[in-house]
Amino acid sequence: MLKKRIIPCLDVQNGKVVKGVQFRNHQVVGDIIELAKRYSDSGADELVFYDITASSDQRQVDKKWISDIARNINIPFCVAGGIRTLADAENVLANGADKISINSPALENPNLVTEFAKRFGSQCVVVGIDSYEHNGVYHVKQYTGDVNKTMLTKHTMQDWALIVYNLGAGEIVLNCMNQDGVRKGYDLVQCKIIAELVNIPVIASGGAGTLEHFYDVFSSTNVTGALAASVFHNNIIQIKELKTYLKAKGIAVRCD
Amino acid sequence: MNVAVIESCGANFKSVLNALDRLNLNYKLTIDKTIIQQADVVLLPGVGSAGFAMNKLNNNGLTDVICQLKQPVLGICLGMQLLYEYSVEDNVPCLGIIPGRLNKFPDNMNLIIPHMGWNNLIFDVNHPLFADIKLNNDVYFVHSYYAPINEYTLASCNYGVDFTAIVNYANFYGMQFHPEKSSEVGAKLLANFFRLVK
Repeated sequence: MLKKRIIPCLDVQNGKVVKGVQFRNHQVVGDIIELAKRYSDSGADELVFYDITASSDQRQVDKKWISDIARNINIPFCVAGGIRTLADAENVLANGADKISINSPALENPNLVTEFAKRFGSQCVVVGIDSYEHNGVYHVKQYTGDVNKTMLTKHTMQDWALIVYNLGAGEIVLNCMNQDGVRKGYDLVQCKIIAELVNIPVIASGGAGTLEHFYDVFSSTNVTGALAASVFHNNIIQIKELKTYLKAKGIAVRCD
Repeated sequence: MNVAVIESCGANFKSVLNALDRLNLNYKLTIDKTIIQQADVVLLPGVGSAGFAMNKLNNNGLTDVICQLKQPVLGICLGMQLLYEYSVEDNVPCLGIIPGRLNKFPDNMNLIIPHMGWNNLIFDVNHPLFADIKLNNDVYFVHSYYAPINEYTLASCNYGVDFTAIVNYANFYGMQFHPEKSSEVGAKLLANFFRLVK
C-alpha cells in the first residue's frame, strides 16, 4: 500500500535553516546538512527545502547546498525558491534534487508549469500555494518570503489549484498561512476541499503542533502527505514517535 | 570492480552516482561501447519517457551492445522498463530481453498517477538480493507505467494492480523503484546486487 508521507520542511535563508511565525521574524534553527541528515535518518519520507528569500529578492537559489544534500541523504527531496527558467530548474535537478517547487514564479508566468512538466515530467513539478483565509474566502498570496513584498493575487486557492493541475503540476503543497507556525492543527476544511478538487498528490502544510494533528489530516482528508517545520526543528515531535503513533491508529506509514 | 553507468536515457544521474559513491564503487558515466562491454557491472538508470530513451539508445548504437552483455546488468526505474519487449508509453519496442509488455496504470480506479511515494515490496523467494531485506520493507517509486507479474518477477508491489518491482532474467536485473532514494533498504538492495558480481 502506498504510504502517507511525513515531510519536514526546511526554510533556508543565507545558507541556514530558519523558521518564523506566520512567515515573519525568521530565526536560525540549524545547519542544512546536519538537519537534513537527522531527518533522513529518523524516518522522514521526503524533505522540502525552501529558499524563502530567493523569490522575493528575484535571485536564484545557490546550488552548492543542493549537491551537498544529495550526497548526504538517500531519500527524495524537493527544492523551492526563485526557480523561474528551464535552465534554473535543470540546474537544481542536475545537482541531485528530485523535484522542483515553484510558487511566485508560477503566479507570474503560469506557462512555466507546463514548460517544466513537458521537459522534466509532471512528477518533478510541485506547485506551492500560499493560501490566506479571510471572511471564508481562500486568497492566494504571492512573494510571502518577504513581508514587505507579500501581496494578494486575483486567485482563490480553488481556482489556482485547478489551473496548475490542468497546466501539468505533479503535486501541490498547500500552505495555509493562517495556521503557519501557530501549531493549532492543519486546516482540515481547506485540505479536504483541495484534495478532492485535483487528482494529483496534495501535501498539507501549516499548523502541525501535536501527533493528533497529523492523524486528523490523514484520517479526515485525502492529502497524501503532511509537511511541518517547527515541531520537528524544536524537537516537539520526533518522527519515529509520530510514525509509530500513526501506524497504531491505522494510518499507512513507512516504518522500518 | 568497474561499474559502467550508461548515460543515455534521461537527465538526472546524480543520485545514482551519489549512491555508488556511498558504496565506495568505481564507476564511469559513459556511452562508450568498449567501456560498457568491459565493465564488471553495468547500470542502466533512466528517468523520462520510453520513446525518448529508446531513441537515445538507438542513436548511440547501444541496443545490441546491451542485449549481448554477459555481466550483471541492473536497470533502474525506466531502465528496468526498457529491458522488456514493448511499452505502451509512446508505443515503442524496447530492448526485448525480458518477456512482457509495459502497461499504464488503469485510469478508472481513482488512482493518482504517477504512482509516487513509498510502497512495500512483496516477495516469497530466497534470493541473495534479499539478504537483510524484510518482507514489506518500503521503497520509493515514481512511475506511471508498470511491468506485469511473470515468472521472472522476484518481488512485486501493489498500486491498484500487482506489478513487478524487482525482476531477474539471466544476468539482467531490474528495479522499478529508486534504490538510490530508498533510504537504508535501497542501499542494502544495491549493496546486495553488487555482491552478486563476485
